[in-house]
Amino acid sequence: MYNPQLNSHGELQHLLSLDGLPREILTAILDTAAPFTEVAEREVKKLPILRGKSIFNLFFENSTRTRTTFEIAAKRLSADVINLNISTSSTNKGETLLDTVDNLCAMQADMFVVRHASSGAPYLMAEHLRATGRDDIHVINAGDGRHAHPTQGLLDMYTIRHYKQDFTGLAVAIVGDVLHSRVARSQIAALTTLGVPEVRVIGPKTLMPTGLDKMGVRVFHDMREGLKDVDVVMMLRLQNERMAGPLLPSGQEFFKVWGLTAEKLALARPDAIVMHPGPMNRGVEIDSAVADGAQAVILPQVTFGIAVRMAVMSMLGRG
Amino acid sequence: MPNFPDVDVLLARLIDALKPHITDSTALVGIHTGGAWLAERLHRALGIKPPLGTIDVAFYRDDYGERSLHPQLRRSDIPFDMQDTPIILVDDVLFTGRTTRAALNELFDYGRPARVDLAVLVDRGERELPITARFCAHTLSAPLGKGQRLQLEQSDDATLSLRLIDV
Repeated sequence: MYNPQLNSHGELQHLLSLDGLPREILTAILDTAAPFTEVAEREVKKLPILRGKSIFNLFFENSTRTRTTFEIAAKRLSADVINLNISTSSTNKGETLLDTVDNLCAMQADMFVVRHASSGAPYLMAEHLRATGRDDIHVINAGDGRHAHPTQGLLDMYTIRHYKQDFTGLAVAIVGDVLHSRVARSQIAALTTLGVPEVRVIGPKTLMPTGLDKMGVRVFHDMREGLKDVDVVMMLRLQNERMAGPLLPSGQEFFKVWGLTAEKLALARPDAIVMHPGPMNRGVEIDSAVADGAQAVILPQVTFGIAVRMAVMSMLGRG
Repeated sequence: MPNFPDVDVLLARLIDALKPHITDSTALVGIHTGGAWLAERLHRALGIKPPLGTIDVAFYRDDYGERSLHPQLRRSDIPFDMQDTPIILVDDVLFTGRTTRAALNELFDYGRPARVDLAVLVDRGERELPITARFCAHTLSAPLGKGQRLQLEQSDDATLSLRLIDV
């Protein structure tokens, strides 16, 4: 079967989604990321791997943190990074996505990191590059609509492996606004591929997509029941800006039922870790005492995110 | 296949050569994987004061793109201050000199060492860069040729041996 993410040798060609990537590729990315974590401790925080390569950050949707971590990752690999803030550029003058891609290719782009509000935009770019015979140019999805955010999913897997060593005995809970979350989709795909036996999804019915049961997860509408004895709690951000219509009561009411507090966390295993993709809404999906508590690994997630993005870029950019 | 001297004999020779040059501040850095095994033994035998450093030069190789990243990528670990420290870089086999070049680049990303010397178990010649080892236990008299790789191996009981492999 044709997989747009892999080349004819079964190596990573584009990173578009974790869904459809074999376990060997996911594990290879995590293994490659491990030695990159050490680069941050050097006096010169740079490796020469992508020297002379041009990486274009195409952000059609704002995201300071994701864009910054991609930029840091690319710069630590010695690439030249060009940030395009599309909301203030030619798209506003009517240029199509593929025309933008062609123009940047004419400027010798080697790699695109793309964030787009429409699900599938990075696929469209990858398909266009293939159709026009530019197999030496790579696309990394930095979040498309509600569909996928693969590097976030990968850094979450790196974090879990760092603290729990092995995936095969874990119970992992994903909590909150699953409906609007591309992060949740990437996490579920990665967790199941890596062999986590119990993936739970916890949240209100109005924020659950249909067809979750087909993704191999257990759905809970009672947070206390869902958190019982889990090893990992992955909180999702309440996507205020995506919330159209009356899906939800107020933030305070959401917190009362679905917010992670120390008292609810106590139902999980005593050594459970708490993760959050950021930015956090304190007092909405997570209590400050938990976010700043001993079980939270939210800031290490950010640090690991750089190493994981370096790993992906180095795997795509060699040769 | 040429007969290689016993690794223990070569190691003893290397220790004797290094001994007069070791000071309290001298640090050892072994290149993964063979060089790191040797450096471990030299570190112990020579009573080196700073903790042992190890580096994986894969990311600094000039043929990085052509080599597969997997399976064995090791973390580089420099547990001492590189700045103004005299360094002895340790590798098992000196060949084209490209690994040494990569290792030098990597070392300097940790700071400016006072000096860097190279110590190797075997110099097989056939250099492609202007690099030479100050300390070398054994020099091959005839070239092996590109199709042969000479490398150090470590058995389960931690015995080191040299092995010639067709590539």
